[in-house]
Amino acid sequence: MTNLKPVDVLIVGGGWTGLAMAKELVTRTSLNVLALERGGLKTTPDYAMDMDELDYNIRLRMMQNIAEETVTHRHSPQETAVPVRQYGSFHPGTGVGGAGEHWTGMCFRFLPDVFTLRTHLTEKHGAARLPAELAVADWGVTYDQLEPHYWYAEQMMGVSGKAGNLRGKLIDGGNIFESPRSHEYPTPPMKNSYASSMFEEATRKLGYHPYPTPAANLSVNFTNPDGVSRAACAYCGYCSRFGCMIGAKSQPTNTLLPVLRKHKSFQLRTGSWVRRIVHENGRATGVQFTDAGGEEFFQPAETVVLASFTLNNSRLLYLSKIGTPYDPVSGKGTLGRNLTHQVEGAIRIFFDKPLNAFMGAGSLGSRISDFDGDNGITGSDGLLRYGMLSLNGNGDLPIGAFGAIPPGASKSNWGGDWKAASLQWHDRVSQFNIYGEHMAYRQNHMDLDPTYTDKFGDPLLRFTLDWTEHEHKQREFAYDLATKIAPAMGAKIDPTRMSRARYNVISYQSTHIQGGAIMGAEPQSSVVNPYLQHWDVPNLWVIGASSFPQTASGNPTLTALALTYWSADAMIGKYLKHPGRLA
Amino acid sequence: MRRREFLTIPASALGGTLLYTLAREPFRLQAQDGNVKVQLRFFTAAEARVIAAACERIIPSDANGPGAKEAGVVIYIDRQLAGPYGADKYRYTQGPFADSTPEHGYQGKENPREAYHQGIVGLGNNFDEIPVEEQIHKLQSIEKTHFFQLLRTHTIEGMFCDPMHGGNAGLIGWQLIGYPGPRMSYKADIDQHFGTAWRPKPAGLEQIMGRPGQPWEDEKA
Repeated sequence: MTNLKPVDVLIVGGGWTGLAMAKELVTRTSLNVLALERGGLKTTPDYAMDMDELDYNIRLRMMQNIAEETVTHRHSPQETAVPVRQYGSFHPGTGVGGAGEHWTGMCFRFLPDVFTLRTHLTEKHGAARLPAELAVADWGVTYDQLEPHYWYAEQMMGVSGKAGNLRGKLIDGGNIFESPRSHEYPTPPMKNSYASSMFEEATRKLGYHPYPTPAANLSVNFTNPDGVSRAACAYCGYCSRFGCMIGAKSQPTNTLLPVLRKHKSFQLRTGSWVRRIVHENGRATGVQFTDAGGEEFFQPAETVVLASFTLNNSRLLYLSKIGTPYDPVSGKGTLGRNLTHQVEGAIRIFFDKPLNAFMGAGSLGSRISDFDGDNGITGSDGLLRYGMLSLNGNGDLPIGAFGAIPPGASKSNWGGDWKAASLQWHDRVSQFNIYGEHMAYRQNHMDLDPTYTDKFGDPLLRFTLDWTEHEHKQREFAYDLATKIAPAMGAKIDPTRMSRARYNVISYQSTHIQGGAIMGAEPQSSVVNPYLQHWDVPNLWVIGASSFPQTASGNPTLTALALTYWSADAMIGKYLKHPGRLA
Repeated sequence: MRRREFLTIPASALGGTLLYTLAREPFRLQAQDGNVKVQLRFFTAAEARVIAAACERIIPSDANGPGAKEAGVVIYIDRQLAGPYGADKYRYTQGPFADSTPEHGYQGKENPREAYHQGIVGLGNNFDEIPVEEQIHKLQSIEKTHFFQLLRTHTIEGMFCDPMHGGNAGLIGWQLIGYPGPRMSYKADIDQHFGTAWRPKPAGLEQIMGRPGQPWEDEKA
């Protein structure tokens, strides 16, 4: 193993949170910062030749190579887990920018009560009426504390949208159920597609409050406060699972990297697979990594920031033997607890007119939050929280869209009759998307698998995860809501109700795996403190959605960024002056 | 190295003018040009004829328009199987291979190449010569198999993929459904044409960008 020259701050992972932290550090301090990223580097000009559905949307060419490392899954602690052999219900990205390169770009702020969910639910319903296995927790940080950091993140990306709650003043056309905002969005909403505009009209007619999905796909040309200029979205439809060929979708490589590249105190090393965080007497001394050629290195550092994807944050802590593994039986220990996966799903609707749905953008669309959090939810039938319902126009691609037909339109799913039905219904199908809060439960957690290993022979991360009665109720609630909206749009809803099936690792759900290294005010029940500093190792910071004690209805990226900026303020403002535990 | 195998397709079976990517060389031909000889990367000519016939049953050429035959789906499948996908280069293939529940997807050891080889044995070497009704019965009897699931999925892929992958010959699949291809901008059209079918003339990625693509199947398996 080769020993390298020490650095002040070592960042594991070159995705959204790692590069956001790096940018704060190199622009506000004189420290030298090194980011280690195991994938390669691609930037805007490289992405034009990637506008290919087969290789990128189906074969998933931008994702981590699952042959080298995957996770295993089981539904309950009594079962033996098997590996996720192909993607999958989530898509971890690789390379500089991580999943932030291929993401869709939806940019939500979480509701204030999400950050104090344990307190909120106990006050509202009484502890006795909450499911016994419920493991939701308060975050140790409040929405008001994060608000300036949300705004900072929105400006960095130039998020397009319309405010519905500006410092308490409700504004028609925006999301009036959202958390109060200090500022209007940096850029106006995106244009709407045909199907999304029908959704907007119908839901308004029904008395709901539709609003444009806040989008990191720029509606207009924009220059951010760092002086980074980007072009407006062209609605080409190659967004989710693709990098943006014109840089309109905010990605770490087109927002943060251009700033970082101007600083000599920042170094980025690609092809560097971090295998262990090395620590001694309660202090991290650096990391051990293997480069693309298989050579092993030790990189010493004063401070280590673990900023890889949720799964890998927990796994690296396990492999490095940092923290106390969580035991779902006794409820003791913290590492790996509160694994959640935002409750998503789709409900198909059928039209008698063409939609030209091949046009679109990742976050284009209209949605309603009338039942977000516990708005309009009584809790009397066991449903405690719901979320959002939307119609997205993210661009239908030809392979994926072919063959979507109403049940019964063809007896077989191949052959002449099926082909005729598929052609008849082509471009006349859309879907509602549901976004439910996934609350944390005692049994859903991550640890190391006893059998399966990665390409180096290190144990894989093991998921123990299944849906509970509450998530089934959320899907039923969403379907009932959808049956009111579809006819108001002149569409027929798929009569197949959403199933009460167990969690499956095949159908894409979202890449919003959260938890495992959660934050909190107490070291007995959390891995990191409210500043994302590890309770046991104060010069180790663990950032990203791994810190979320439970999911909100909204997608996690914006909150992961806001928390990174909150954490950076604490690190720069307090910790670096007097290194030690901040809580 | 195995003997070079070719699939001979009468150009008249392929609809209209073709823009075909063969051995990374784009060329145009007219339907009246006679036979097209396509060099195979994975199948033998006999295997390719069996698979081509099976694909044609999944998306047949009929009164509703061209099918798998005209789109050259078998050429697409041949290239996929020869490439990293066929060899499972990007699937987790460490054992033990355990039986599991359907929620865990395909857990088998066999890669797509092996699945096709076994599948072809099941269909029989003369599958392309038996009557259509018999072909349909045979396929119905294997509907639940892993091989058939792959075959069905790959037929749809080969019908509607970018032509640089060897399928969707002459953009025939995209013409069938009115998909315009990967165009640079719909800024002026996204909020127009409401309720009417707007169908710009299709073009493939290489045509639009003016340079060769780098399809994944060309990577060394």
